[in-house]
Amino acid sequence: MSRSLKKGPFIEGKLLDRINKLNDSGEKKIIKTWSRSSTIFPEMVGHTVAVHDGRRHVPIYISESMVGHKLGEFAPTRSIRAHVFKGKSESTAKVK
Amino acid sequence: MVRIAGVDIPNEKKIWVAMTYIYGIGSSTADRILADLGIDRNLKTKDLSEDELVKIREYIESNIKIEGDLRREVNQNIKRLIEINSYRGIMHRRGLPVRGQRTHTNARTRKGKKRSVGIRKKIS
Repeated sequence: MSRSLKKGPFIEGKLLDRINKLNDSGEKKIIKTWSRSSTIFPEMVGHTVAVHDGRRHVPIYISESMVGHKLGEFAPTRSIRAHVFKGKSESTAKVK
Repeated sequence: MVRIAGVDIPNEKKIWVAMTYIYGIGSSTADRILADLGIDRNLKTKDLSEDELVKIREYIESNIKIEGDLRREVNQNIKRLIEINSYRGIMHRRGLPVRGQRTHTNARTRKGKKRSVGIRKKIS
């Protein structure tokens, strides 16, 4: 079920405040956040937000086409592992 | 044999079934179109008058995205997800189910036919 339109998109208030402050001062700083469920607002385009993935903050550069998605969509919480053929033995390695 | 919307040639079926042969029109869309135009959905395609066919063609052309256009839109949406590196894009790229289904087992529709990762016999 989708979210009620009356409420508008969700964003953590603090995060929006910090973005607005950066926009006012014209600064570009990486903002660390744990708020994966926050919607990406048009105001955030051009900033880099470091989104927590459970272990570390993954820096994400916000582009225009990301608006409307959630921050968490861009910081995967699982590492992707795959079998890699290596000589005679198989080993696991990180694959992007 | 009648032509509606380019290549599609529905046949001896009832008109609402015949219309579902067009990519982008399912049974509910077909019903809606016919209701809007006031055409009996249970008429066979061959029994429709030329006039009614023209009405259907025009309605589809001006109101509904079908066939090539629709396929292109769908592909573009997927490409966008892949380009912005979203979770859904990654799942598309890796050919895994996109909507949160389990992948430990099943998911064969997306993953395709089983490929066994054979246990390599030890030499020596």
